[in-house]
Amino acid sequence: AEVLKAKRGPYATDEELTPLKDVSTYNNFYEFGTDKADPAANSGNFKPKPWRVKVDGLVSKPAEFDIEDLIATMPLEERIYRMRCVEAWSMVIPWTGFQLSELLKKVEPLSSAKYVAFETVMRPEEMPGQQGVFQALDWPYVEGLRLDEAMHPLTILAVGLYGETLPNQNGAPIRLVVPWKYGFKGIKSIVRISLVDKQPPTSWNLQNAQEYGFYANVNPEVDHPRWSQATERRIGEDGFFGSGRRKTLPFNGYGEEVASLYTGMDLKANY
Amino acid sequence: MARRTKRRSDAPIWMLYGAGLLPALWGFYLGSIGELGADPVKEFEHRLGLWALRFLILTLMVSPLREIFSINLIRYRRALGLLAFYYVAMHFSVYMILDQALDLNAVIADIIKRPFITIGMASLVILIPLAVTSNAWSIRRLGRNWVRLHRLIYVAAAGGAIHFILSVKSWPAEPVIYAAIVAILLAWRIARPFFLKRRRSTRTSATRQPRSA
Repeated sequence: AEVLKAKRGPYATDEELTPLKDVSTYNNFYEFGTDKADPAANSGNFKPKPWRVKVDGLVSKPAEFDIEDLIATMPLEERIYRMRCVEAWSMVIPWTGFQLSELLKKVEPLSSAKYVAFETVMRPEEMPGQQGVFQALDWPYVEGLRLDEAMHPLTILAVGLYGETLPNQNGAPIRLVVPWKYGFKGIKSIVRISLVDKQPPTSWNLQNAQEYGFYANVNPEVDHPRWSQATERRIGEDGFFGSGRRKTLPFNGYGEEVASLYTGMDLKANY
Repeated sequence: MARRTKRRSDAPIWMLYGAGLLPALWGFYLGSIGELGADPVKEFEHRLGLWALRFLILTLMVSPLREIFSINLIRYRRALGLLAFYYVAMHFSVYMILDQALDLNAVIADIIKRPFITIGMASLVILIPLAVTSNAWSIRRLGRNWVRLHRLIYVAAAGGAIHFILSVKSWPAEPVIYAAIVAILLAWRIARPFFLKRRRSTRTSATRQPRSA
């Protein structure tokens, strides 16, 4: 991995960082297998370079961006975010990235654009989870945000963590990070970003709509149908004994910044 | 097959208990020294559950092995069944003590509200009377009812397999494969009368070999 130069941004937390070893060996990245250890074990042949990201749809200036250019020209910042997985575990990760809004401004979204759709690369020859009889999801992985969520300053495209370019298993070379939503919204290895006028389909919602909503905001009040979301285990913190589960916070603790995006919305219905 | 005497050594059975408990001890050791990965509690919990299911499957394999392949492992069946119960009990203990940190309200809420935990808990409860009556005295005492009671292992095994499938997202291969194995072993219990009747009639006509009970 290469070292990235970034300034420390205004968004940080003084919570203890999850060790890099855990951040890079405990992953959900089903394109490389469904076990948490699979992505680190099976992503060795994945080539995150060269890489281009296409940004198109309802924009005045559709464009393709080279990852090297993005790293060289975008205002990179370090953001230390809590990451809450829908499986009720969490981490604290120092990302390096830039605000998604900065990229979207470059392509000038039209007023008809209401949502942003994202798509992961499709490379069965490099991603063993995309081949074979048992396939966990329909590929390519797709995700989406409302345009105001995408433009929110907390929403970033990460190109690195712990000061270096992203390990393959964490979504190299570029991935989405939306810290107030469950981790599965953070689509990895992005090749396409499209501005659209209707709510786009999202992979986990297609797989099981009852369990995974479009919004997927972290919410201790709305349980996953099969497990509680009231508490979480912080990875790398508790060890084997005396694991204190911590209480999950609404919007993963980012309510002050983002709750206003959802004023008047029933968050139980729009889970 | 040579008829064995009743007073043969019980050493292999005790070795089975010893070997059977090794995965639990090994997992506990790895967890204690921080070698069970990023989420050691979950990993240990998962391993114990998996071994519970494996021992349930081994227990259920004893009869078909004898009936189809004439391999008689019946003297190990009690140990296999009890090992399954011990692993289920350890799996639940780790969930309650290490995972939920003895938050009984959370545990009870989980058992009531989460179908996969309800099913897992039901399987554990079902196995308790089976474990308690896994001794010679109970077999004598209960007679035919002992056999009827111990058929509940079918329900527990099915519950365990469903519990595993429901505990994961999507459809990964592992729980589906375990469920398929359990399904085949349970299907055999349904197919058995037809299979054995056919075999008995062909055997009788061929060799008139007497069958033991």
